[in-house]
Amino acid sequence: MNRQRKLEVAMPWLVTIGIFVVWEIACAGFDIPQFVLPRPSVVAASAVQWAGPIWYHASHTLFTTVLGFAFAVVGGVLLGVAVGSSRLVYNGLYPVLIGFNSIPKVAIVPVLVVWFGIGTVPAVITAFLISFFPIAVNVATGLATLEPELEDVLRSLGARKTDILVKVGLPRSMPYFFASLKVAITLAFVGSVISETVASNEGIGYLMLQASSRFEIPLVFAGLMVIAVMGVAMYVVFALIERRFTRWATRDVGYATGG
Amino acid sequence: MSAFVELDHVRLRYGDDGGGTLAVDGLDLSLQKGEFAAVVGPSGCGKSSLMKLVTGLVPATDGNIVVAGHEVAGPLKIVGMAFQNPTLLPWRTTIDNVMLPLEIVQPHRRRLRRERAMYEERARHLLATVGLAGFEAKYPWQLSGGMQQRASLCRALIHEPDLLMLDEPFAALDAFTREELWSVLQDLWLERRFTVILVTHDLREAAFLADTVHVMSARPGRIVASHTVDVARPRTLEGTFEPHFVDLVHVLRDHISRVRGEAAGTPPKRDAAA
Repeated sequence: MNRQRKLEVAMPWLVTIGIFVVWEIACAGFDIPQFVLPRPSVVAASAVQWAGPIWYHASHTLFTTVLGFAFAVVGGVLLGVAVGSSRLVYNGLYPVLIGFNSIPKVAIVPVLVVWFGIGTVPAVITAFLISFFPIAVNVATGLATLEPELEDVLRSLGARKTDILVKVGLPRSMPYFFASLKVAITLAFVGSVISETVASNEGIGYLMLQASSRFEIPLVFAGLMVIAVMGVAMYVVFALIERRFTRWATRDVGYATGG
Repeated sequence: MSAFVELDHVRLRYGDDGGGTLAVDGLDLSLQKGEFAAVVGPSGCGKSSLMKLVTGLVPATDGNIVVAGHEVAGPLKIVGMAFQNPTLLPWRTTIDNVMLPLEIVQPHRRRLRRERAMYEERARHLLATVGLAGFEAKYPWQLSGGMQQRASLCRALIHEPDLLMLDEPFAALDAFTREELWSVLQDLWLERRFTVILVTHDLREAAFLADTVHVMSARPGRIVASHTVDVARPRTLEGTFEPHFVDLVHVLRDHISRVRGEAAGTPPKRDAAA
């Protein structure tokens, strides 16, 4: 591994650690009070002190997020296939989808609470609602940008619409699909935490709300950090899955010229 | 003897009734089974429309199209097609790309799972014929443009179609590769004798490959002249520099410049022979 490559691998860590160092020094240097912006070391100490409750609430948030996200994948793919393969469905649904996606999801949580009560259900639904859209749009884009010549080749062989979808449309939209998963999983965290903050007795959002009402600002920040770490972790998971399944689209150097 | 492909006064209008563009009008064309026909013409003359009409991908506005004794009403089921763009699927290896039609066309579709080894052997053999032996497991983006086009030809032929439609298949290749592939295509045709319609704007290509070269007028397209190429097969690239061949290309070029002139509005040159 040469120096350039080593630096590329080290870069994310260097930048992240750098941010914490600057933050720590700035808080100490400008003498910023703990209840305004706690230093990273204090946040870390708080995270260790409250490790038990943080673990409990974080795992609950992870569960609701992943569940909502799983529904979003199913719903998003089905919707994307419908919108991407039929002009009629596209024309009918697109304005509605855009309109729906423009609504801030925090505004929907109270309605969900009226329907389902507080707790896990509204959190799952909010995570679903916020994350299905990019999946649907990307799958639809992948299907709609199929080369007309390729469709002609298949149609002149007597291919049915489902043949074209299965043999060409879906494999072709895989890179779009996996790219959208990375966006959607981080959005799903936003959805579930919003809902937990407004209406739940569990989850990292609830923990942060409780902490801030008791002026435990370091714990609030610890909660934010935990969400960020979970988001990055899930992103990495889906980036790895993406690399595994769509190597043909990324064409890594070293893979391209196998010999 | 009835023709294998017969177009009779075909008209195609894109867009709504009345308005829209008239792509072809009064198009007559007739091919015997096993004939190699080339269609040449100025750009935008409706050559690609001809392809879509014959394969049934677009219905004619007016007129009759008969292929293999049946009127064309919807997309034909067993046509092989290749385009300027090789349109190979990047997630499939070369051999899997070539075998794609077998997953769609009956009776191969039904048999493919049980007789996979036999079909794979057939694909390998075909790839070897066009000089792609050893590249079966490569992905399309690992192949050069010429190799991709060879694979695309194989994909058009794997299911042994009765009719092969080629839409400027070599237009994007460099001159040397293009001439090499002419010979590849001629060899395949001499071996299998499928019926071919080759749309091209390369007159040497048309004269080298075809039995009959049809010249199409500017939009709305129709056939204005047909020339039989009386050069013995197998034709060689050296042969394309012989006077007889060069004369033929010149005659075709004259036709094209005349129809281009008409399209541009300048009065057509009348020569005594015509």
